[in-house]
Amino acid sequence: MFGNLTDLEGDLFSQIKRLQQEAESLFNIRPGPASIRAVRRGSYPPINIGATPDEVDVYLYATGINPAKLDISIQKNLLTITGERQTEKPGNVTFYLRERFDGEFRRVINLPEDVDPEQVEARYKDGILHIRIRRQEAVKPRKIKVS
Amino acid sequence: MSDKQLKPSTTETGKKPMEVLRPPVDVYEDASGITLHADLPGVSRDKLNIQVDQDTLLIEGEAALDLPTEIEVLYADIRTAYYQRRFALSSELDSGNIEASLRDGVLTLHIPKQEVHRPRKVEVRTD
Repeated sequence: MFGNLTDLEGDLFSQIKRLQQEAESLFNIRPGPASIRAVRRGSYPPINIGATPDEVDVYLYATGINPAKLDISIQKNLLTITGERQTEKPGNVTFYLRERFDGEFRRVINLPEDVDPEQVEARYKDGILHIRIRRQEAVKPRKIKVS
Repeated sequence: MSDKQLKPSTTETGKKPMEVLRPPVDVYEDASGITLHADLPGVSRDKLNIQVDQDTLLIEGEAALDLPTEIEVLYADIRTAYYQRRFALSSELDSGNIEASLRDGVLTLHIPKQEVHRPRKVEVRTD
């Protein structure tokens, strides 16, 4: 029920912190409801989302994928990324550790409402898929002069 | 190979511990040696450090993200740019001859076995 403890964090203290967070989410101690589209922490691929007044940036930490097989689509402010990550599976070997995700994945992300679905760019470099979505002009704060 | 993770990770100067991620790995062995694949998203060759110190293999890398200035974080699964993981190598591995390659954030290491340790068929005599 605690998922994979060797998952992300490094030292002993981070692991204990993660255990505490898992316990909190199990018992619903965290304040506020989660998004209905939210996935468990530790789902593949990990994502980070940031924003500036001009754009929203989504980073997917997905190494070793074939960008040609990615399916990125956006409908209004709903961004969907579907893809596949295959790991090496040689025969006649003894596996000691098999921690890397292998298979198909899909992430659905609810972006801020003011994104412009016509202005989306995606770039894949060194195992990070970076998707930039520009925000619509009209919503930028406008200074109002007092006469 | 076994995992070493007993003390908090430190920077090279040995100052205060920083938060690092242990990258997930796949490790398998065949007659020629051990192969390791590690996920190091965002790490390019110049930010990758692999070193062997006596019997310990250290893999570390720093991820680079293309971040616009003044970005505000809305959600983060990954909160650090540093990956680090150590392994204890056993003596029959030829740690001086590790081959490494990095592609699309996947690090592949091949650690050969010392020549004398390659599996040898043992002939059974019946006389």
